[in-house]
Parts: sequence; structure tokens; C-alpha cells
Amino acid sequence: MTTVDQIAPPKRRRFVSLTLWVGLALVTLHIITGLLTLVWTPYDPAGMTGGRLEAPSLLHWAGTDRLGRDFLTQIMIGSRIALIVGTGAVAIGAVIGVTLGLLAAFASKLLDDALAATLDILIAFPTLLIAMLVVAAADTANLGSAIFALGIALSAIVARLTRILTKRVLLMDYITAARTSGTSWLGVVFRHILPNIWPTLSVSFALQFGLAVIAEASLSYLGLGAPPPNASWGRLLQEAQGTVYTAPIGAIAPGLALVSLVIGINLLADGLRDTIDPTRRAR
Amino acid sequence: MNGANAICPALAIGLEIAHAPHGFSKDRPILAYTIRRLAILFLSLLIAAVVLFLLLRLLPGDPANALLGVGATEQQIAAARAQVGSDQPIWLQFLGFIGNLARFDLGTSFVSRASVLDEIGNRLSVTLPLTLLGFALALVIAIPLGVIAAVHSARWYGAAISVISQLGIAIPVFWVGILLVTLFAINLRLLPSGGFPLKGWANRGEAVTAMILPVITISLVMAASLLRYVRAATLDVLGSDYIRTARALGASFPEALIRHGLRNGAVPVVSILGIELASTFLGAVVIERVFSLPGLGSMLLLAIQQRDYPNVQGVLFVSTLLVLLIGFAADLLQRLIDPRLRERVATS
Repeated sequence: MTTVDQIAPPKRRRFVSLTLWVGLALVTLHIITGLLTLVWTPYDPAGMTGGRLEAPSLLHWAGTDRLGRDFLTQIMIGSRIALIVGTGAVAIGAVIGVTLGLLAAFASKLLDDALAATLDILIAFPTLLIAMLVVAAADTANLGSAIFALGIALSAIVARLTRILTKRVLLMDYITAARTSGTSWLGVVFRHILPNIWPTLSVSFALQFGLAVIAEASLSYLGLGAPPPNASWGRLLQEAQGTVYTAPIGAIAPGLALVSLVIGINLLADGLRDTIDPTRRAR
Repeated sequence: MNGANAICPALAIGLEIAHAPHGFSKDRPILAYTIRRLAILFLSLLIAAVVLFLLLRLLPGDPANALLGVGATEQQIAAARAQVGSDQPIWLQFLGFIGNLARFDLGTSFVSRASVLDEIGNRLSVTLPLTLLGFALALVIAIPLGVIAAVHSARWYGAAISVISQLGIAIPVFWVGILLVTLFAINLRLLPSGGFPLKGWANRGEAVTAMILPVITISLVMAASLLRYVRAATLDVLGSDYIRTARALGASFPEALIRHGLRNGAVPVVSILGIELASTFLGAVVIERVFSLPGLGSMLLLAIQQRDYPNVQGVLFVSTLLVLLIGFAADLLQRLIDPRLRERVATS
């Protein structure tokens, strides 16, 4: 006899969690690697520990760069840099974007229209070009300015999403109920709006994390990033492009690392979205 | 409305027409929308100009420094500041800046003394073909593959196309470029690894071969992201009632898909085409570095390195203008394709 509890869950569910698990595994791998580089790396990142442009060997799993530095060490540090960039940019984008979005949703019609129009305009801006300028403006190339520029760019996207989501929640009866029972607007925001819009926002944050990592790698590739040995994958790829004939691994390994992180985070976002929104599972 | 009047008369007129309850906007919804959208375009440009002006003034150091040597005297510094205009109050500088932009006078380069507009024109002869060809090829790849991925989503190749497009959106365009150069230029020696003939398009054969790899690179990456939209739109169409009705009335499956599905499915795809074309253009900026092409992107990089303010300003302004124009064209096209959207504008 089977009871209700023993009936197997629908097959789709397992596929959904596979997406989530693969994503989680890839992201965790990068987080562990990134944290590890804070205390230990295979070699001294700045030390010339081998010959120039050595091929991969047991001593240097990803070979060495044109100055004889261990390449795996640099790729591992790249994980840390990418995580800092992604987290920093999304954090800045989230704080500014959510605040602006909430303000717009609560504001009078005129102010709301003005804010919405401004956001649409900001989103149409060529972000990468503006980021290039901001990064170049800092006299010494550093991560901070790149994170700041990307965070500002992301904040427009976050603000637009927050505004739409908040307006939808504001129409609900329980908001009216909360207001009539004397809850302040701030109380409504923290007790009702944020918990309701958070699931959708978090999925969007995950996707933007990936965007920020790719954008920062592009900036670094263009030479607008921190130099090695603490360089992002984009910079490693740029340096390796010149020596691709003698050491092709240099032009491949950092790219693989980057793609595995971005795919991991995208899968994580997809998995989260499917878990949150059951109607999408049918697809 | 008064505020909008003061800031931008065109916007106010646009809003008024779009909100007018009778007559004009009901009879000619497309015209009303065009005027309104045009007003937004001008306002966007104005905001872009303000942002650009502020960003450039935030750069450390005086723009005049770019004109001076290391041991410049006080008089030389003052003369350079007068020449650049950085000795004037900021609001005067701003008015001058806006006035020059309105006349499309982008000034002359600090470094080469050449007209910025001419230089941008030269550079666009590389960047525009790169962008447009890459985008066209991306469409040619993405539309059939996206439809196949949706119609045959249960088959292995349908699923495989979807997975590959997922990979495509996680790959930075410059890395694809490096990989293609490694394969086709260095290992197979089939195509040049980069560079562009000095005489430009006058040297047609060389110019075309120089463009092949960059165009393929851009189109592969753009096709991956376009494909996802085409697939999603086709899935929506496949599940729709009108396809079922058409089939019930005796239309064959391809017939129903082409006659009824195409126009319906095109609407969401066209709405993102503008964004995709704009990001193709930005991708071109990065790709130029991979293939050492003398386009707008390399002009901006060089100008930033040399602190050549008129060039930086000119490239950023023209790029923003192009991106905004693309968005404008995409929105209009969307209205032309879908009458339902036109009605919505008229009644809102």
C-alpha cells in the first residue's frame, strides 16, 4: 500500500535541482579557491619560480607566464578578484538601485514618471564606455574604480526592477490592511515589500554578478585593470595573447576559469528562479 | 508639465500630443508616438551630454596638462588653460560645451591637431561595417537555430542548441576572439591574426579578409544571446490558440507557423533587437583590440591613455548618440509591426 507521502515527486523537480546543484558546486569551488588564496597559493604569486613560458608539468600545472611566474597561482588569485568584483558591484548596485526603486514606487506620479524615464535613459547608456572612462580617471589602475563604475551601471537595472515589483506589491490588499492598522511606511517596506520582492531580486542579482565579472574582465583585457600578479582573468588573457603560439595554455586556462564561474552563477540563478516560481518549471 | 516645458519644449509637445484625449493622437497614433519618442531621444541626449561633461571634469588634473611638457612655466600653463578653456567658470564651460555639441563641432585633437569629427568618421568606416555585418550574421545564425531549438525541443539537437546558447552568454567576446585567432590565424594560418590595411577600404581584398575573423567572433557571441529570445518567442507561438485554430482549419504546420507565427513571434524579438545591436556595437569596441583594428574603440583607448580630452569626449558622445538612435529605431519598428502596441499608445 502506498500512502500519499510515498508517491514520488514529479520528475521535473529533480532536473531543477540538478541545475541548482551544478551551479552551486561551480560557485562554491571558486569561493573556496578564492578564500584559499588569502592564506595559501601553490607558489609565491610574484616569484619567478620556473623558466619562462614553461608548458604545464607536475610542478606547474598550468605552466608559467612570460616572467616565469606560476600560472595556476595567478588563475587562482583571479577567482578571488572576480568574486570581489562581482560581490562589490552587485552590492553597490543593490543598495543604490533598491533605494531608488522604492522611492520611485512610493513617490508622487510626477516624480515617479521622471525617475522611470531617467532610469530608461541610464540603461540605454553605453556602460562599458563610461566604465572605461571612470577607470581611466583613477590615476593608478585599481579594482575599486572598476567595481564602483560597474555598480553604478547595475543600479539602474536594479532600480527599474525594484520599482516595477514594488508597485505590484503595493496594489495588494494586505498593504492596505497594514496601513489601516497603523504600520508606518518604513514598517511596510521592511515587513511586507522587501520580503515579497526579494526572491525575484536575488535571481536578478545572481545574473548581474555574472555580467559584472565579464565586464570587469573586458576592462582588464583592454588594459584598464590591476596588473599581475594580482590581476583579473581578463588581464591574464591579454598578456597571454602575445605568446599564444609558444604557450597556448595561457590563452585558454583563464578563460575556462571565467566561463565556469559565470555559468555556475547563471545556473544558480536559473535553479533559484525555478524553485521560487513553480509556473516556470513547465518550460 | 510646466517643468517639462522649461527643460525641453519638444518633450512637452510630445507629451501633450500623446495625452491629448481627442483627434490627432487617435487618428495618427504612430505619428504621435514618433514625436513623443523623439522628444525622449533629445532629452536623453541632453542628459548624456551633462553626464559626459561632469565625468570629464572629474578626471584628475587639468585638461591643459595634456598640452604641456614637464617643466612648463607659469605663463605657459596660463596660456594652455586659456586655449583649452579650463580657466573659465564651470557654467560657462558647460554652455560652450553644449553649444558646440548642438552645432556638432567636436573640436580638434590635443595630440594630432586633427578634427575630431573627421577622425571619428574614419574610425567608423571600420567599426560600423564590423557591427552591422556581425549583427546580420548573428541574425542569420540565431533565427533558424532558435526556431529549430523550440520546435524540436524534445529532440537531442534541440536541447543541444539550447545548452550551447547558454554557454555562449557566459563567454566574454574577447576570449572567443583570442581562441579563433589561435585556431585560424596561428595554427591553421588561414586568415590574418589582426590589423587593417593602411589605405582602408581602398585596398578591398585585404580589408575584407581582415574583417572575416572579427565579424565571425562578434556574430557567434551575439547569436547565442539572440537565439534564446527567438526560442522563447517561438515556444510562446507554438502554445498559442491561433496556431491550433489554423491547424484545425487545415493549414500545414510550417504554413501555420510562417503565416501566423512569424508576425506574432517577431514582436518580442524586435523589442530586444535594439539592445542587442547596441551591445554588438560595444562588443566591437573590445573586439577591435583583439584584432588590432583601427576603429572607434581603439581611438577611445588611445585617447584615454594620452589624456586627449576632445577625442575622448567626441568618441563617447558619438557612441552614445548611436546607441540612443538604435533604441529609437527599434521602438518605432516595434510599433509598426504590432498594431496592438500602437493602440495602447493612443489610449494611454
